[in-house]
Amino acid sequence: MHQPTDVDMVEEMCAVESLTQDSPKDILRQCLEYFGADFQSKIAISEVNDLLESTPLISTPAPLNEFEPLITLDKEPPSILSVKGENSRACHAEIMDTVASAVMNIMNTALYWLTVAFDAPYARAVVFGVHISGHLIVEALLAVAIFFLLSRKSYKPSERSLSEKEIDELCEDWIPESLIPPLTEEMKYEPPVLESDAGPHTIINGKEVVNFASANYLGLIGHEKLLESCTAALEKYGVGSCGPRGFYGTIDVHLDCEARIAKFLGTPDSILYSYGLSTTFSAIPAFCLKGDIVVVDEGVHWGIQNGLYLSKSTIVYFKHNDMDSLQSTLEKVTLENKRAKKLRRYIVVEAVYQNSGQIAPLDVVIRLKEKYRFRVLLDESNSFGVLGGSGRGLTEYYGVPVEKIDIITAAMGHGLATEGGFCTGSARVIDHQRINSSGYVYSASLPPYLASAAITSIDVLEENPDLITKLRGNIAVLWEGLSDIPGLSAASNPQSPIVFLKLKKSTGSLKNDLQLLEDIVDQVLKEDFVFVVASKSSTVDKCRLPQGIRLFVSAAHSETDLLKASESLKRVAASVLADYN
Amino acid sequence: MITIPYLTALTTYFSYGLLFAFGQIRDLFRKILDRLRSSNLQGYAPICLGLEDFYVRRLYLRIQDCFGRPISSAPDAWFDVVERYSNDNNKTLKRTMKISRCLNLGSYNYLGFAASDEYCTPRAIESLKKFSPSTCSTRVDGGTTVLHAELEECVANFVGKPAAIVFGMGYVTNSAILPVLIGKGGLIISDSLNHNSIVNGARGSGCHSTPSHLEEVLREQIAEGQPRTHRPWKKIIVVVEGIYSMEGELCNLPEIIAVCKKFKAYTYLDEAHSIGAVGKKGRGVCELLGVDPADVDIMMGTFTKSFGSCGGYIAGSKELIQYLKYTCPAHLYATSISPPAAQQIISSIKVILGEDGSSRGLKPMSGLSGYDLSCICSHIGAQKLARIRENSNFFRSELQKMGFEVLGDNDSPVMPIMLYNPAKIPAFSRECLKRNVAVVTVAFPATPLLLARARICISASHTKEDLIKGLEVISQVGDLVGIKYFPAEPKKQEEEGRVKLE
Repeated sequence: MHQPTDVDMVEEMCAVESLTQDSPKDILRQCLEYFGADFQSKIAISEVNDLLESTPLISTPAPLNEFEPLITLDKEPPSILSVKGENSRACHAEIMDTVASAVMNIMNTALYWLTVAFDAPYARAVVFGVHISGHLIVEALLAVAIFFLLSRKSYKPSERSLSEKEIDELCEDWIPESLIPPLTEEMKYEPPVLESDAGPHTIINGKEVVNFASANYLGLIGHEKLLESCTAALEKYGVGSCGPRGFYGTIDVHLDCEARIAKFLGTPDSILYSYGLSTTFSAIPAFCLKGDIVVVDEGVHWGIQNGLYLSKSTIVYFKHNDMDSLQSTLEKVTLENKRAKKLRRYIVVEAVYQNSGQIAPLDVVIRLKEKYRFRVLLDESNSFGVLGGSGRGLTEYYGVPVEKIDIITAAMGHGLATEGGFCTGSARVIDHQRINSSGYVYSASLPPYLASAAITSIDVLEENPDLITKLRGNIAVLWEGLSDIPGLSAASNPQSPIVFLKLKKSTGSLKNDLQLLEDIVDQVLKEDFVFVVASKSSTVDKCRLPQGIRLFVSAAHSETDLLKASESLKRVAASVLADYN
Repeated sequence: MITIPYLTALTTYFSYGLLFAFGQIRDLFRKILDRLRSSNLQGYAPICLGLEDFYVRRLYLRIQDCFGRPISSAPDAWFDVVERYSNDNNKTLKRTMKISRCLNLGSYNYLGFAASDEYCTPRAIESLKKFSPSTCSTRVDGGTTVLHAELEECVANFVGKPAAIVFGMGYVTNSAILPVLIGKGGLIISDSLNHNSIVNGARGSGCHSTPSHLEEVLREQIAEGQPRTHRPWKKIIVVVEGIYSMEGELCNLPEIIAVCKKFKAYTYLDEAHSIGAVGKKGRGVCELLGVDPADVDIMMGTFTKSFGSCGGYIAGSKELIQYLKYTCPAHLYATSISPPAAQQIISSIKVILGEDGSSRGLKPMSGLSGYDLSCICSHIGAQKLARIRENSNFFRSELQKMGFEVLGDNDSPVMPIMLYNPAKIPAFSRECLKRNVAVVTVAFPATPLLLARARICISASHTKEDLIKGLEVISQVGDLVGIKYFPAEPKKQEEEGRVKLE
């Protein structure tokens, strides 16, 4: 697999890295090019040399001043010549003498006139108390020369444009990579196909199986009231909305649904998105812009990762669900960046992490957020309708007033058994998204029957708080059943509706780990008709948490279902993992 | 290209200048008032700094009643628009119980599948009962039902590709696929008018998008390679749309394909607005312009428009789809498409292809084109397709005759009418609504600042009377607002330069 995964790697880093690795011939040149400086050493050196050659005689005019050449030479010949004059070959010496003195004469005259030429005009000039002599002129000339050189168009290698023929050849020679890498065996995975709804019991290959693969936490799939309201909506509104919210895609049920969610959570307003996954990756870029600081848990799901990437903000990760790490990160970020006080700062956490089943300790997050003045974006996709006495999510679970959370997002494709997502918060936060959130503005709105399903689901939840009690009981039963599972351990929070089993001992390679998990999952389905899934991750996903088996517990599961699942998992895990423990 | 009349450009600039100046003055007063009040930010930076939301505060909010009008019925040919009122100068709008029945010229209901349909709706309800509204699971876990498998096969057959993959949202399709197909060292050449979802997808993949002039750009990019390092690009994907939603233009696909083949670039065709709406059998621009679907590497489209459902698809080779099913985050992490929505797509495709087994009577549409469509078209799908084409071409030519500046090509059901001046946006929209015609007006940021427009979307469910009523109102309002930029006679030269049609 050569699919590049780190798409957000800073471009500059890569450029420099690839340069240092692959083209060691002329690093200086490459560096200069990279930093935008165009420097051609030959030209520059010759120009400097030219300058240097033109200066030495003039640059030291002071000693020449005292030389007074012509007069001295007349009175006393230089000592070397006089030594020569005492030579036996007098005649020859005399000729030499005359020639030499003539040459000296000419040189000295030239020097004298040069000095005079430079000194004369300003010899006694005093400007603002500064005695101006020739060297200042030279310096001025130098400065002019430097300015001239600087003002010249810089040298650009790319300007040597290729000829048409060369371009044709390059185009001819260019061999692109294939659109996709060659397929490997693991890519040929085909998921089980369901022949009925994805309720607690479903049909796969004609056999009824117990379903732990759907996040149907409240068991609302197939609920009578839900189907009734959907049918009515389908008959009234048709299936799709045929337009984005701005262009007649706003249907009264959307507004009713937004109001219903806000009322249920006790927030001023909420906004609907047409797809769960797009909720976070549209809402985050609406708030976090370039330059803003976002401190985020390293275990967040891809929707959040993508949102952060699209936002172009400065992203700082902290250790998965580790509040000490969060604190030190916040401390560091605030201290390091003097401007941090003026920037928008956000903490992004998930209530129940989809990738691990951990629950974020909201009380600590709130304490830290208030201390360091960060806004909090909380994704309640897997906790809405699940946590808290009446299903209002993590805020209720921790007894934190909902106003303390600035932005709450949630997908409705889990507990509410419909589709789409919502974001809720203050009126300011919501109105801002109605114009700035690309997934809201540019996408067709949620099909009306799904909005009406969401309303009904919340109604059902409010009328039957025992659904939550039942779910909690089921989670406890499953936990107990799985407590002594061989080779695997539950890595999720005991309150979380996602029960996440990871290998106690990794084989050392991700691929083998995943294969083991897949083997367990396959056998559990084939032999015991229990449908559980191993977590799969995309090549573009940057979350590096370990893979595991995920069980989505539902309030609709019976105790027999739960026991069947835990017995089956225990049995299969023991046989598959026998060699590894 | 749109050429703005000189005087119009000047007045438009002036209008925006005026709006800006007044906005600034109001901002100044607000700042002074804010100083007097104590800050309630408590050490948090404001959500919007300085001018970031200036456009929204001072321009958009003034006319926000023209956007997001709620409706209380299906978005069919006629629909119920809920009236709203504001007590605070348009800052917030409240719904009333009053509704007005309006002609719908705004929804993307090209084939008229938006309202409940006697073939599709019962089947959608049946699927709802069988599969519930949601699977609560991703496609790779427990979210693949027999319906999903059937849908993918059905879509692949319909667009003429070996395989397809479907997603629950059209926007996600673009923005999640592009990063998977192309990573660092790959180039996406994107048309400058492409939809925001493509732009986000291109951004998500770490490539930079370069606009039009395809051949020139391709030559230059292949010769120059990547910026700074000058390494050759690993691969180049050219992304074009079948019908540009804000322009109503058809892309010149045959030429684009030829150029891409010559330069070994891959083609990605986004048929969000064209699939189902154009072509003899509704198979999109490929069919309309005579391009073999095999020549397009990646075909993308949405189900929100012609099929009256939701979601999107990618169709391509078996290997490509297999690869996407393994890597694409939208397939791995997103809830699978809702079963009734999937059923709606399957049923509507069957209707389009005439596989619904009936030729139930569509009200004959005599008079419009001189002959009765129901006589020559064997089944309802063909009638719908013939009707959208007739309707679009009729409406477009009538608008042009009236002297409006209409963008786009023949056969395209999307037709923007240029407004330019900012004040004409709310004026046109409100006046039309007063006369019970609902139109969409589009302004910045969906279009360039100067090129504000109204956009008409024609549907197969419009009757001739509907269209004539619409034209009358638009003509009246056009006179009132002053947007008939051309003399009221058809201009010969406008026919030139348009895409040659079958």
